[in-house]
Amino acid sequence: MLIMKKMLLMGNEAIAWGLVEGGVQVAAAYPGTPSSEVFGTLAELAAAKGFYAEWSVNEKVALEVAAGAAYAGLRAAVSMKQVGLNVAADPLMALAYIGVKGGLVLVVADDPGPHSSQTEQDTRLFARFAKLPVLDPATPQEAKEMAKAAFSLSEALGLPVILRPTTRVAHVCQDVEVDEAALPPPLTGRFAKGSQWVIFPGLAAKRHRWLNDQQDQAQKLFSATPFNSCREADSPLGVVACGVSSTYVEEALADLGLAVNLLKIGTPYPLPAEPVVNLLRRTRRLLIIEELEPVVEEQVIRLAWQHQLPVQIAGKYNQAVPRAGEFNVDRVRDILARFAAGKEEAPLEKAAVQAADLPPLPVRPPVLCAGCPHRASFYAFKKAAAGMDVVFTGDIGCYTLGNAPPLNTVDTCLCMGASITIAAGLHRAEPDRRHVAFLGDSTFFHAGIPGLINAVYNQAPITVVVLDNRTTAMTGYQPHPGTGKNAAGKPAPALDIARLAEACGVDFVRVADPYQHEEAVRVAKAALAHPGPAVVVMRRECVTLSQSKTAYRIDQEKCLGCGVCLEELGCPAIFPGPRITPACVGCGLCAAVCPAQAIAGEVASR
Amino acid sequence: MSLDLIITGVGGQGNVLASRVLAKAAMEAGLPVRTSEIIGMAQREGVVMSQVRIGPPLWGALIPDEKADVLLGFEPAEAVRGLPKLKANGVAVVNTAPVLPVTVALGLSPYDAAVYLHYLEKNIARLYLVDAHGLALQAGNPRTLNAVLLGALAALDVLPFAAGHLLYFLLEAIPEHYREVNRLAFELGRESVKE
Repeated sequence: MLIMKKMLLMGNEAIAWGLVEGGVQVAAAYPGTPSSEVFGTLAELAAAKGFYAEWSVNEKVALEVAAGAAYAGLRAAVSMKQVGLNVAADPLMALAYIGVKGGLVLVVADDPGPHSSQTEQDTRLFARFAKLPVLDPATPQEAKEMAKAAFSLSEALGLPVILRPTTRVAHVCQDVEVDEAALPPPLTGRFAKGSQWVIFPGLAAKRHRWLNDQQDQAQKLFSATPFNSCREADSPLGVVACGVSSTYVEEALADLGLAVNLLKIGTPYPLPAEPVVNLLRRTRRLLIIEELEPVVEEQVIRLAWQHQLPVQIAGKYNQAVPRAGEFNVDRVRDILARFAAGKEEAPLEKAAVQAADLPPLPVRPPVLCAGCPHRASFYAFKKAAAGMDVVFTGDIGCYTLGNAPPLNTVDTCLCMGASITIAAGLHRAEPDRRHVAFLGDSTFFHAGIPGLINAVYNQAPITVVVLDNRTTAMTGYQPHPGTGKNAAGKPAPALDIARLAEACGVDFVRVADPYQHEEAVRVAKAALAHPGPAVVVMRRECVTLSQSKTAYRIDQEKCLGCGVCLEELGCPAIFPGPRITPACVGCGLCAAVCPAQAIAGEVASR
Repeated sequence: MSLDLIITGVGGQGNVLASRVLAKAAMEAGLPVRTSEIIGMAQREGVVMSQVRIGPPLWGALIPDEKADVLLGFEPAEAVRGLPKLKANGVAVVNTAPVLPVTVALGLSPYDAAVYLHYLEKNIARLYLVDAHGLALQAGNPRTLNAVLLGALAALDVLPFAAGHLLYFLLEAIPEHYREVNRLAFELGRESVKE
């Protein structure tokens, strides 16, 4: 019996529940904001609901694991952030040709803004490139319904289906109806051997034609889903709104008191022809509102031309709608008001009300935590490299924050694993300089190893520093292959990064504790002096996971007021005076760098 | 009758929990609700702005400028930063205790709490200043700052549910051994704004 319960769920949690209601049997993921809670929730539910869930090493691996399960007829799901799909692009493109037997759903979270990403890429465009259907939810509730429906859609088409929430769905909480008792079918699948699973060029040529035919099938299926809906009005004006933008459009229309024909789209690719053509026939002027790329707009323009419907179409191509950044009600209301008034010019970038009158406010960037071992590692290498001409290449993780003053130890950041390879490339251009690559433990497993092997093979004399804090901290402390725990929290083999580096052929590998400042500097100096590729594993657990009992104090009698602790470390627990606030967790770095030995730890009662 | 609340503060102050508790209380009162905030890079001493929208009617999760009915400020400078969201006759409850960012310690940023508080007084018709940090310490734990502020808000007769209803869902969201100190903090907050 179906018993629906109302729960306050974040969009990502709602998606996880939708996948469970849809019968997920195998789930795999690599974390990345704003997608991480999808799998986090699945991992929590897996044991009770009897399905398999794993944190994979990277997104390519996750997708291939899920594809294998779907080959055997199981319902499988993967989740990742939008740039993770770049890593998984190789299997994705070929999987569209091969197809799946069991339903396969990719949850790919986009980040218009961007708030926590290196690009604003639009996964709907990626879906069109891969020729795969994509669902674009407006709310957490709809995201849940889409996640559930995506499995049967995937099986009906024999294709993977992409569900693409944006940050304002993924991280929005809503009262969501959930079938708490939903139970996926047992984990029994069987792979049936056959030539259709081996992608030789001959098969690819055949399947490409099949894949093209499936575009039309998907388009027809989408004409009948509840995820697209039209509200007609007695007006020559029409608006098409996609995904979360439709909520802003509805609120802005209510605010403006405007009645227009409104088509809400939840299936942007392939865009269903029927509701769009119906709308085109009803209207003289049409506005298309979607964040980022003109995915819906281009298809509407094509349909208008194909059906010879003389409708003026406003959107990205006449600069009526911005092609970058996140939308909100204010931006959309401005666009709608101009459209209704027949104004063609670009909307003004509206400054926040009163913002110009506000008194000067402090800049408040996210910072490395008090006691963060990365700060100690960065500082040790800065000390060791004093007087040398060094470039510090960085990577994706909390430690990208080492870029900020006063550390200034991240000179480049591109994508997962690129610290090592960019350093190797820089070395070819400027062999007289030293190049030091910093990357985290999870990032090392994700994409660092091929670059390290490449540096050994091609003899790039770079220094690679693995900031091993025993977790994937920035995305919410997920386990990884070095932690000795799996997604279920159960014991798993713990891979040793130092031994892996040795196996990659690195002949200088050292492990140091960044909290032991002098020793860390000594190891860093030795690594910098080494003529070939060198690896230093800076091993110390993430400070938010460790329970320190020591607090440090500054003896004002001994303090010289030199400012080293305050000005060189950028620790959020040290303030002018200098004084140490209760935020101190006792890493001891300030005590190690104090030239007057004025800082000492004491066992605190807290 | 809808109610839009903006909660501004600094990562680690417990403002996300406050937004969840308000949303849960609204949901359990039978009202549709949305919350939104940016989490991820913005955590850890960064600016965190939570938006809570209680309907009906209700569309998206983002509150338009000058439309918030209530501003719950966890920190003076962040309350000022969030002010463009508050409507002309809106209500604000603001903690007077500053949280200084590292940029201030390094001399890279200004910070003048007196200027911020004065600005708030000048621009908000119904402003309630609360020494939430002091009251949290008085309750017995500085981390109960969010309970103090929720208590103060609940005393103002702006929420579509009773103070006890909010307190119930606050305590439900907190581990058992911290409930008593949070109950006390909530009460101290409530008393601090009694009109």
